[in-house]
Amino acid sequence: MTRLLGPGLALAAILLVPLAAPPYQTLLMLPFMAYAVILLGLNLLFGYTGLLSFGHALFIGIGAYTGAVLTSRFGLRSLEAILLVSAALGALVAAPVAALCVRYVKIYFGMLTLAFGMVFYTFVLKFYRLTGGDEGMPFLRPLLLGRDLSAMPKTEYLVGPYYYYCVAVLVIATVCMWRIVHSPFGLCLRTIRDNPLKAEALGISVPRYRWCAFVISAVYAAVGGTLLGPPTGNVDPTLAYWTHSGNIVFMTLLGGFTHFFGPLLGAFVFIYLQDFVMSVVPYWRLIFGALLAAIVIFAPGGLMGLIGPRRRERAELVSRA
Amino acid sequence: MQKIFNLACGSFYALGAYVGVSAVAAFTAAGGPPWLFVVPLAVAGLCVGVVGVVVERGLLRFVYGRDETFQLLLTFALVLMLEDVIRIVWGTSPRSTAGLYLAYGQVRLLGATVPVYNLIVIAASLAIALAIGWLLTRTAFGRIMRATADNREMAEALGVDMGRVYVRVFTLGTALGTLGGALVIPATAAMSEMGIELIVEAFAVVVIGGLGSMRGAFVGALVVGILRAVAISVLPEIEMLLIYLIVIGVLVLRPHGLFGAVPA
Repeated sequence: MTRLLGPGLALAAILLVPLAAPPYQTLLMLPFMAYAVILLGLNLLFGYTGLLSFGHALFIGIGAYTGAVLTSRFGLRSLEAILLVSAALGALVAAPVAALCVRYVKIYFGMLTLAFGMVFYTFVLKFYRLTGGDEGMPFLRPLLLGRDLSAMPKTEYLVGPYYYYCVAVLVIATVCMWRIVHSPFGLCLRTIRDNPLKAEALGISVPRYRWCAFVISAVYAAVGGTLLGPPTGNVDPTLAYWTHSGNIVFMTLLGGFTHFFGPLLGAFVFIYLQDFVMSVVPYWRLIFGALLAAIVIFAPGGLMGLIGPRRRERAELVSRA
Repeated sequence: MQKIFNLACGSFYALGAYVGVSAVAAFTAAGGPPWLFVVPLAVAGLCVGVVGVVVERGLLRFVYGRDETFQLLLTFALVLMLEDVIRIVWGTSPRSTAGLYLAYGQVRLLGATVPVYNLIVIAASLAIALAIGWLLTRTAFGRIMRATADNREMAEALGVDMGRVYVRVFTLGTALGTLGGALVIPATAAMSEMGIELIVEAFAVVVIGGLGSMRGAFVGALVVGILRAVAISVLPEIEMLLIYLIVIGVLVLRPHGLFGAVPA
């Protein structure tokens, strides 16, 4: 039971935020929850399988643009349906991409995912009629559980029903991912990360497991990408740009990729710290770049590695990675 | 060469471009004749290469022993930092060397009008390519560099000081990047985003040519340059898309590039 204490407290705090915090702080929680879903998926690939993707913005873009196209072109407004279509499209695109990418590891894998991400980015940018080019596309307010809330003022809608909707999606996504990484499948992924040769010798089909992990993480990224849309009401190509992929990897590392909840903490700290730094000086990149360099050099375990228990065990994990 | 995929090389390029603009502006303000502007430009470009030393000694050397993904992330941190450094020093509006592009006049060549400056840059890049080729294949330093890339432990065991080799290689690479940025600037304008945009193109060039192959990088640059020019005039919508599709094709069919050696 004790291991549920931390996440339980965090969930209770998340549920209380709209009641206790001013609307502005509550609104910042929305991208946090969307990124939390994305990072759960990314870390299945990075932390658990040992593959660093520099192209996950591709799937974020797919999720966000699916929502935008469905709401503003096809009149499909039900968020549940949109999330399902996003997840399906994410998996559909990921299947061939993953099949090509998982043949490589390490830097080649990162470069190949980056190339695929940029293919999608240029596609979105150049095919103006379908995607709106660099101006992006409106993401109309979706129906939540079939209820039309378009009469509600925007802030009230976002800090109220939409907020709790996101919490529900995040909880479902977290529980599913927890089950995945603690299943025999998850154990196989960790074996592959630590020693692919041994995994192969034990009869694990390394490419197939890597492929599965990639597709699952793409589905998570697409779902999270869809959730990013409604708060701004607009999606644009920067969502799919390679620096965006870099930022989500940054969040993962900031929180700690060796811990299940590390990336979630990373997303939380990243978003609030970015907001704070930008309110003081406009040069958040300089400060965040220095922060990232410091983490990479001095604390590769991230924040969780600094505060979490069993520090030595994780330090070993990092040194092996 | 160094088995580092440097995401920040585009940022070095941008840095070289900005310093080049400033150097030329200072040169003209000091009353230098316009026809000599290429000298401060090239000198400035090469001098900025010194940041390579700082970056290598200050950051990169801490992560050589670790997984390459950490090196990748460290260079991403550099991308973020350099972008803001440029914004702080030079502001957000584009900078250019107004009017100097045509200082050398134009010539008619094969029925097209070509600014002489373009010919100078082409000649300079050919000279640099030859110099690098000579350095790599004909000098002791070049042999040590290639040996290090092939087998680090073995080179170290034979008495090569890794730290010194790495800092030199990295600085050389940085200086070439900043010089390239400085040389291109009279033809365009320096923008703070040029770095992160260039990196994807540079990456395409290197992948098509083959990682660690200088000849390949040269051919890759030609392929990308010509393809872009052709695609812009024929099918402008798929210009960059085409490049990425070729990159993916090369990575899938020939993961070591057109000229890269296949490691055993």
